[in-house]
Amino acid sequence: MNARTTKLVAVAAVLALFAAPYYMAPFTITLLNYIGVYSFVALGLVLLTGIAGIVSFGQASFMGIAAYATAWSSALMGYSPWLGLVLAVVVTCTVAAIVGLATLRLQGHFLSLSTIAWGLALYYTFGNIAGLGAYNGIGSIPPVSIGAFRLADSGQIFYLIWGSLLLSFLAAHNLLDSRMGRAMRALRGGNTLVASLGINALHIRLATFVIAALLAALSGWLYAHMSRFVSPTPFDVTMSIVFLMMAMIGGSGYLLGALVGAALITLLKNWIQDILPLISPGSSGQLEIVVFSVLFIVFLQRARDGIVPYVAQWLPAPRQQKPLAAEAMPRRAQPEKGGVLMTVDAASRHFGGLVAVNNVSFDVHANEILALIGPNGAGKTTMFNLITGTLRASAGHIVFAGKDVTRASACAIARAGVARTFQHVKLRPRMSLIDNVLLGAYNRTRAGLFASALRLDRPEEYRARSEAIRQLERVGLGDRPYDLAGNLPLGNQRLLEIARALAADPVLLVLDEPAAGLRRQEKLKLTELLRTLRAEGLSILLVEHDMDFVMALVDRVVVMDFGCKLCEGAPEIVCADARVQEAYLGGVA
Amino acid sequence: MNSQIAAILTMDGVATGAIYVLIALGFVLIFAVTRIIFVPFGDITTFTALTLADLEAKRLPGTASMIAVLAVVATLMQVTALLRAGAANGIPRALLYYLALPLIPVAIVSATAGTLLPAPLRILFTVVLILPLGPLLNRIVFWPIADASVLLLLIVSVALHFALVGMGLFFFGPEGVRTRGLVDFSAEIAGTVVSGETLLIIGSAAFFSLLLYLFFNFTLYGKALHATAMNRTGARLMGIRPQQSGTIAFLLGSLLAAASGVLIAPVDTLFYDSGFLIGLKAFVGAIIGGLVSFPVTAIGSVFIGVFESFAAFESSPFKEVIVFSILIPVLLWRSYSFVQPEDEADE
Repeated sequence: MNARTTKLVAVAAVLALFAAPYYMAPFTITLLNYIGVYSFVALGLVLLTGIAGIVSFGQASFMGIAAYATAWSSALMGYSPWLGLVLAVVVTCTVAAIVGLATLRLQGHFLSLSTIAWGLALYYTFGNIAGLGAYNGIGSIPPVSIGAFRLADSGQIFYLIWGSLLLSFLAAHNLLDSRMGRAMRALRGGNTLVASLGINALHIRLATFVIAALLAALSGWLYAHMSRFVSPTPFDVTMSIVFLMMAMIGGSGYLLGALVGAALITLLKNWIQDILPLISPGSSGQLEIVVFSVLFIVFLQRARDGIVPYVAQWLPAPRQQKPLAAEAMPRRAQPEKGGVLMTVDAASRHFGGLVAVNNVSFDVHANEILALIGPNGAGKTTMFNLITGTLRASAGHIVFAGKDVTRASACAIARAGVARTFQHVKLRPRMSLIDNVLLGAYNRTRAGLFASALRLDRPEEYRARSEAIRQLERVGLGDRPYDLAGNLPLGNQRLLEIARALAADPVLLVLDEPAAGLRRQEKLKLTELLRTLRAEGLSILLVEHDMDFVMALVDRVVVMDFGCKLCEGAPEIVCADARVQEAYLGGVA
Repeated sequence: MNSQIAAILTMDGVATGAIYVLIALGFVLIFAVTRIIFVPFGDITTFTALTLADLEAKRLPGTASMIAVLAVVATLMQVTALLRAGAANGIPRALLYYLALPLIPVAIVSATAGTLLPAPLRILFTVVLILPLGPLLNRIVFWPIADASVLLLLIVSVALHFALVGMGLFFFGPEGVRTRGLVDFSAEIAGTVVSGETLLIIGSAAFFSLLLYLFFNFTLYGKALHATAMNRTGARLMGIRPQQSGTIAFLLGSLLAAASGVLIAPVDTLFYDSGFLIGLKAFVGAIIGGLVSFPVTAIGSVFIGVFESFAAFESSPFKEVIVFSILIPVLLWRSYSFVQPEDEADE
């Protein structure tokens, strides 16, 4: 199946769907409406859980807040349902933002647990406010009207539900295929990398959380005006876990998984409701949840990835073309050669009683390659972490480009123009090479959530992609940009990290053992690349154990041992230093 | 509110809090050793209370059939796993642990269900009957995904809770129960009358906390559990089997849940689905302790109990809302005052 057939199938499916009210029974249309309404919430959960790795058991309560907001304003206060929509979205997103700010700094399971508690709290709140109908709920909610046309019938609101669902899917698809979407996907797998790229993880998490709540709000609004009645029960914690089930069974890594999951679970629920009373009259409501929970547990044990990826593996992979060459991105001005770019002044770092870095001072000059060497355990990597803001210095100062960055966050330091690689490679193995490199260019692009969702980011995006390809080609990985990063051998993963760092257009490139795992030919190429970069005005700081590689390349060397600085100078001077020889080879007996 | 009422509310709250302490300690214990946030904990507490009530009413408790079903499922899974691994010689051991041991209390309880036994014996049988529940659920539900991320384990755990609640209705029916009092005396402390139940609850919480402390610090199994909690890989390299540690943790968890169930049964009317709220409130206590610290968890749980007691006095319909709302300041405090370790990569 090529791209054209896929498109044709998609168009045919959409046409068949929108003609449904003309050839399907009203009951089927009602069922389709429920599937549509639930798909919104599941879509939010796909973004939240599958993409950004945040699990929420509270989506039904967000849906409930929105449904109650619109029910209150349209049924009790008599305003237009469209005003109800505005109110629903504003209230839900505000609540989500507050909840998110309180928990998104903590490890994931704290957020998930709190969402259960808040879901319950909300259930009791709705159930006990007499003004909102208490446990009886609010009835006679007016239908949505477009102009003078009232969408009272299930065949009419059908178009509103599925039309807006389609638009939401489109927006979510666009969002994922943009700089913001890449940042969301990068959240899974730890904060160190994300911060080192100058991406504010908390902002991205919060944005994702609010987007998911927004989708739940749309769902709640549609639900209220579709069923024309709200009560606390459809928004309790049980429903939240059903939503999570939809997203995960459909395939939480894929947008389409939301739709597949919502359809499957809704149909299954309907079917179970038909047959359970036959098996056990009386307690069928509870048995339903037992069946669902057991199915869900078995599913999570056996096939965590969901249905969509299982089906997708039988379909041909979409063919992706190399992006066309686009106008180059603007570059940062590099500092004058020879000036001091970074000053480390008496920096120390303790871990409890252990002093990993002890009173170390050195300068990095503009446009030089400086190597930090020393035996294992000398404190080189800790020093790197201090410079890049991954760790804070216990004492001392670090000044970069005239600014004190001792207390600055890793994110701020990255934005100031320091790009790094890691000793233990940190990539996003399930993202393609080009997407990994594009993560590096995050701060050279500006498109926000709305621009990305509406595809207003394309000119900028094309330039960024063309830049990413250029950097991939530079390190020799340009021929298969759409392969997954996790499939590369270790040596090439290191090169990919360098390409990612270069895509950030840094002033200072900080490389932690870049040559480890490379073969001789590759090392020579890397030497060549680093020399070219220096010729272009870049400053480079590196830690490396391969002395041939270091000595042939660098301008100056700083030697560390047991956390202290031993000496610094040109490579040949350092090699001749007796203290260095002693540190590396042991004292002369 | 005068000081007299405040004293009564505090006393009441401390008693409720002491029950939360038992459950919250279990949460922290199981989470530390297995990384599972065991949401169905409160359900085991309620099941214990319902079992005790059934025995009092001279009925065969639903727990008996529930345990029997779970034991059979666990045995089948274990035997299949052994056969697949080509370790058929492990089958007798599996039959002993997964089938025979859980079924012994089931048999005893089934045989004596028609007669009213003396209270200590009833409580003993109830506890012994409940004990295998944790390890069996662990074997059936969590073993196959022991390597999964904390979040996935949590999702499974929540799903398990809903399955158990549904099964609770099936096995115990919809009636609320309250058992007879365990003790019949009261004391006067600082001018306030304190019931014997309250003292018993507080005493038991202190006793089990002490027991846990002794277990962790002075026994080899306790140290093995501690090691598994600190570093699974390291513990494995030292010859500690994480699976065995998990089983012990769940067994201790079951014990704590059973104890809390026996204590709460005479002071509160419980339904098959009451466990969720009890468990979640204990959770708030555990979250105060960051799911790590036993002492802070205990203090936090008592605090939640007292807080709940005052909230119920001020506004009964909104007491759950008030108790759960306290999570927001607690989480804010935790998120700004504790450095988080790097999230484990889950890709």
